[in-house]
Amino acid sequence: MAEDREPPPLADAVQTDFREVEEGEDLFVSTVSTLSPTSPEPASFPAEDISTNSNGPKQEILLDDDQEDLFAEATEEVSLDSPEREPILSDGPSPAITPVTPTVIITPRVDALFDRSLDESFLNYSGFLFLSSSAYRGAAITSLSLFSRNEFSVKRRFSDFLGLHSKLASKYMHIGYIVPPAPEKSIVGMTKVKVGKEDLSSAEFVEKRRSALERYLMRTVNHPALVKDPDVIQFLENTELPRAVSTQALSGAGILRMVNKAADAVNKMTIKMNESDAWFEEKQQQFENLDIQLRKLHASVESLVCHRKELSVNTASFAKSAAMLGNSEDHTALSRALSQLAEVEEKIDQLHHEQAYADFYLFSELLGDYVRLITAVKGVFDQRMKTWSKWQDAQVMLQRKREAEAKLQYANKPDKLQQAKDEIKEWEAKVQQGERDFEQISKNIRREVERFEKQRVKDFKVVIIKYLESLVHTQQQLIKYWEAFLPEAKAIA
Amino acid sequence: MTSLSQDCDKEKLRSVSVDLNNDSSLLIDIPDALCERDKVKFTVHTKTTLNSFQKPDFSVSRQHEDFIWLHDTLVETEEYAGLIIPPAPPKPDFESPREKMHKLGEGEATMTKEEYTKMKQELEAEYLAVFKKTVQVHEIFLQRLSSHPNLSKDRNFQIFLEYDQDLSVRRKNAKEMFGGFFKNMVKSADEVLISGIKDVDEFFEQEKTFLLDYFSKIKDSTAKAEKMTRSHKNVADDYIHISATLNSIAADDNTALKQHLEKFAELLEKLRKVEGRVASDQELKLTELLRYYMRDIQAAKDLLYRRARALADYENSNKALDKARLKSKDVAQAEENQKQCLLKFDKLSESGKKELTSFKGRRVVAFRKNLIEMAELEIKHAKNSISLLQGCIELLKVN
Repeated sequence: MAEDREPPPLADAVQTDFREVEEGEDLFVSTVSTLSPTSPEPASFPAEDISTNSNGPKQEILLDDDQEDLFAEATEEVSLDSPEREPILSDGPSPAITPVTPTVIITPRVDALFDRSLDESFLNYSGFLFLSSSAYRGAAITSLSLFSRNEFSVKRRFSDFLGLHSKLASKYMHIGYIVPPAPEKSIVGMTKVKVGKEDLSSAEFVEKRRSALERYLMRTVNHPALVKDPDVIQFLENTELPRAVSTQALSGAGILRMVNKAADAVNKMTIKMNESDAWFEEKQQQFENLDIQLRKLHASVESLVCHRKELSVNTASFAKSAAMLGNSEDHTALSRALSQLAEVEEKIDQLHHEQAYADFYLFSELLGDYVRLITAVKGVFDQRMKTWSKWQDAQVMLQRKREAEAKLQYANKPDKLQQAKDEIKEWEAKVQQGERDFEQISKNIRREVERFEKQRVKDFKVVIIKYLESLVHTQQQLIKYWEAFLPEAKAIA
Repeated sequence: MTSLSQDCDKEKLRSVSVDLNNDSSLLIDIPDALCERDKVKFTVHTKTTLNSFQKPDFSVSRQHEDFIWLHDTLVETEEYAGLIIPPAPPKPDFESPREKMHKLGEGEATMTKEEYTKMKQELEAEYLAVFKKTVQVHEIFLQRLSSHPNLSKDRNFQIFLEYDQDLSVRRKNAKEMFGGFFKNMVKSADEVLISGIKDVDEFFEQEKTFLLDYFSKIKDSTAKAEKMTRSHKNVADDYIHISATLNSIAADDNTALKQHLEKFAELLEKLRKVEGRVASDQELKLTELLRYYMRDIQAAKDLLYRRARALADYENSNKALDKARLKSKDVAQAEENQKQCLLKFDKLSESGKKELTSFKGRRVVAFRKNLIEMAELEIKHAKNSISLLQGCIELLKVN
């Protein structure tokens, strides 16, 4: 398979806003790509640390004294395999420079901790996620200067993750980048945990969320542009983050988001775009279909998980019953065999439970993630439509201004005429910009979709094999257990 | 209307009860059955060398109610009070597959044609399985009778096998049914009776304690095994839906993923068949085994009740004799009565002991056979699954 070659996101606008670098400085410069100059937020690398907004309540700041509480709850650690990032190459302007694969590997790992002593508002997540990222030094390049340390751990709230996503979406989606969606809030799940239910379902909820956040981060840092984004770096590195209140559903920002979403939905219906590019039309249809099919598949797999859990429970129940039957049996050998049967069934119920776990975390969650990702993909297509619409509106406006100017020519009002000419210039610029934006977003989307599809193929291939291997493992265990039981059954005299 | 011709699966199905049809002088089987709406008509085929029958080889058509009639008649026969009467076969119950078929019909719009066809096939297979099971259970009932030294000679049994007309006139009419209801009421009083009194005879006391306890345990196990098997079937069904959707996605896919999805879908389709076999084998070897012996233990308990009733009769006759002696009236009659009661009780006890001992032997042998077969089948299916899975994994890793 061909090595992934990733052209710099914006070949035209390479800015040299960077931090201190070690050897290979020049090389590093050309690989740094930042945002387009027209993007609303300027590219800036963070200062070392950010002071916390201290106008919030005390709970925002994590004091060391709270450490004991935080580590009181047992946590599970799962680290996914470290992904290799797509190499960012300095294609283009200087062919003399040989492309080098940067060897920065970022492995975010998310652990979940609970602190019930924190008293937070209803809609906020009161648990903390302990985030650790390891960035390993590569051989040739120390593009490591993106991060100031090799390995670091920070504590983050769920709302921090949402805040990160919100920032990235607002920065990148309108220029056509597919920003990985953050996991969804779950008021029900979280309330149960808050209420202090120490049962299995709240532990499962925490694990599910932890795993989802980890995958979210993995996808975000896997994106060649996003990993360099200052907000991402800050998120991964900084000890404290300003509280992301704007992610609360009922906050001002939250309401604004809802209003915007509604407006977007209406606009989508009213914009009739003349699609000149068959590629886009085809791709959009493709993603529509894939969306429907993936949702269906996801539902079926969720059903499988549910049934497998039921099977586990029913097998356990049968095992207990068989044990009682064995106790009641007065024929000695048969009694022993029945007890053995009960033990086998108990082990098998555990097996089913583990398989259900694999069904869920390998298969079901992947599908869920991709359903959400495709929504993001559809989102960028919509953004393109909006960009096109803006361009068209500018053209209409320009036309109007020209007509107005023509009218003024005859009306002989010199001062107004000058104003009209100025406005025409203004709108001509806007039309040009609109066209440029449209072309840029189209180009970005093409590239993003290609990357997305490659990643999708890779993800699914890996997961399918892993899943099949989990099934193999289950069957192998089954053989072991039944083969152990067989002599017991034969021993019945 | 569905017709069923027994095939080699018959051998496998017959394993729940053992020691049947060893005596070739009277061989019975049910080679065929018809299902007409709610009624099942069994073809009972008899091959015999006995003179008591008119022909050496003949068949009749019987309904489930005829089997019940035969069973009840045997139970009510005094002469067989000391025997374990083989339990009556349960009524054919197609409710579950029928309900599922109905649900499937309702959900047809949400599935692809391929999915629907597969689900329908699965349901038809389930329907067939229920059908086979009911045939098996009726067959075993008759075979238990034919291999019993006393019961095989029963006149009503002979009529059942031979009479070439409809048996419905002989079946319970309303009055008899009421009698049956009354009989059930008396029986539950007996249940209280035997649970309370401690038997003098050590053997019977032990048997009583054992059977009472074992019955409730095996009833529970049967129910739990049934639930377990049903969950297994649900998992197999889910594989169908997943496989079908994967195929749909693969059809639209033009990336390198296409082949992976197709192979994965194909594998799941094969796996679900294996899972289905695991579920149905488990049902036959485990659930049906437990269910059968649960009913058999009920029959053994019935024997104990009858013996307890005979004991009660005997004790009453003793009291009556004492009273008669006191009053010096009808003494001879009372003496005779007492003698008869004692005789009956002794006969019941003797034959009961024999029956219960052989019953235990039968039970142990049947459990052994079925548990071994179930373990062997589980291993076979798991090995099959592994080879399918590993074959697919290898194929996928190459790409």
